[in-house]
Amino acid sequence: MAKRIDVSGLSAFYGTTKAIEDISMSIEPRSVTAFIGPSGCGKSTFLRTLNRMHEVIPNARVEGKVLLDDENLYAANVDPVAVRRSIGMVFQRPNPFPTMSIYDNVIAGLRLAGVKKKSVLDDVVERSLKGANLWNEVHTRLNKPGAGLSGGQQQRLCIARAIAVEPEVLLMDEPCSALDPISTLAIEDLIGELKSQFTIVIVTHNMQQAARVSDRTAFFNLAGVGQPGKLIELDDTQRIFSNPSVQATEDYISGRFG
Amino acid sequence: MTSSSPAAPQGRERRTRDSRVGDKIFMNLARGSGILLLVIMAAIAGFLAWRSGLALSNNQGNFLTTFEWAPDAPKPVFGIPVLVVGTIVSAVIAMAIAVPVAIGIALFISHYAPRRIAQPFAYLVDLLAAVPSIVYGLWGALFLVPHMDGLTSWLNEYLGWTYIFDQTKSGTPRNLFTVGILLAIMVLPIITAVTREVFRQVPRMHEEAALALGATRWEMIRTAVLPFGRPGIISASMLGLGRALGETIAVAVVLSSSNVLSLHILDAGGGTFAQNIALKFAEAGDSGRNALMASGLVLFVITLLVNGAARLIIARRKEYSGANA
Repeated sequence: MAKRIDVSGLSAFYGTTKAIEDISMSIEPRSVTAFIGPSGCGKSTFLRTLNRMHEVIPNARVEGKVLLDDENLYAANVDPVAVRRSIGMVFQRPNPFPTMSIYDNVIAGLRLAGVKKKSVLDDVVERSLKGANLWNEVHTRLNKPGAGLSGGQQQRLCIARAIAVEPEVLLMDEPCSALDPISTLAIEDLIGELKSQFTIVIVTHNMQQAARVSDRTAFFNLAGVGQPGKLIELDDTQRIFSNPSVQATEDYISGRFG
Repeated sequence: MTSSSPAAPQGRERRTRDSRVGDKIFMNLARGSGILLLVIMAAIAGFLAWRSGLALSNNQGNFLTTFEWAPDAPKPVFGIPVLVVGTIVSAVIAMAIAVPVAIGIALFISHYAPRRIAQPFAYLVDLLAAVPSIVYGLWGALFLVPHMDGLTSWLNEYLGWTYIFDQTKSGTPRNLFTVGILLAIMVLPIITAVTREVFRQVPRMHEEAALALGATRWEMIRTAVLPFGRPGIISASMLGLGRALGETIAVAVVLSSSNVLSLHILDAGGGTFAQNIALKFAEAGDSGRNALMASGLVLFVITLLVNGAARLIIARRKEYSGANA
């Protein structure tokens, strides 16, 4: 578990539009890396290239390399389905399957992998829900629909679902943007605990959140409307927020942007 | 917004009053339409029940067990078992064929076909729904019936042991099986159209949730699309089933009817409620017409029961419907 990611020369396209251009970076295992930047700078697009979710959009494509430890995710013989099984993702809006119970939501990934043994599934449900700090709130109603939970609980259910398959990496696309401050705090605490096991990448619009949860921060920016987004710099979070090496980063985090 | 300020300008107050008048008019229109519907339903049911009562009191046979249909005889005898079995069997065959095919077509249009193919294809399916049923009937009688021999004898040879596919009489395949296939084609467009719309409404975020867990496209459909679309599939099937149960002219043209009750669906004969009414109404006397209305009432009740059952199935899983997501 917990592998390192090395990206080199990565560009992503929607049809003929280039969304991000020539991004290279390394993401350390067992750490939290935050992506910040203005809307449209391609940070979510970049995140989605890391587990090959970008290409599920019609006409979307990717150039460049993403190495997970030493394996190139974009090599010709790699099955994107297998990539997504080893790299979990949590989305902006909580999206538990509405037709499934809490229990079935957690084991949805294992079901796809063909795990059927009840005792194994029971263990995974308990471990994953505990790992997502949700077990105490829901263990008496595992057979109730997942859509009946509060927004914050739903998002933790989605995290439980993602970690149930024991991925190498956990990608989070603005996981708190639809949540209230208390639920946000619960998720941030959870991220702090999960980084001992997983490589975590989180996209956020909330710079305080990036400062609170991440070890490293990457700042993305775009030269103008219609221009592709680029990585401006990646550094220790401490440094990015106190003494960034690029002027644009400092302008953005101090609110002098635009 | 609950308490309006006393200093509110005149114009706004007037507008509020105007819109209340509009509200009232609209409410009464809506309520009136609702009441009108109930009155019409009650009138139809009452009329059918009254004439049925007249017919049943004259019936010298048993309505529930007599195979014969001779209501205008000096000693009127008529009964519905042949019609019940024929109607249900042909509708079941139609649904067994149409529902899986319709789901397949709907999935192809909503999730597999590239957009420039999906759009014309969907239009083509909708067009099938606009073909009048007499045209289907003629096609069934002139094309389908003469081309059924191969399939019929194949089924008889390999599945004859199942009893239902056992062909005991030779003859033209103007049987319930052919009728079922024709009905399947007729109900296919409506089921396809409704399920397609339901599949299209599956939120993108649920599909992405499945894909991000490492689902293939088919697994994504099984995990996110089909469960979400389940109530819609059931409703669509009920619409199709309603049409299959009530289809009149196409069945009348294709089926060679008889008073024989048989579950050998490859044997010619049998009948359905709607077809029986269509065939006999023109020549029926007063007593015969009342008897046909009694059979119509039974069809009405069967359709209500089927729809009620479908609603129960949907309601049972309401909290999992995704409506609150």
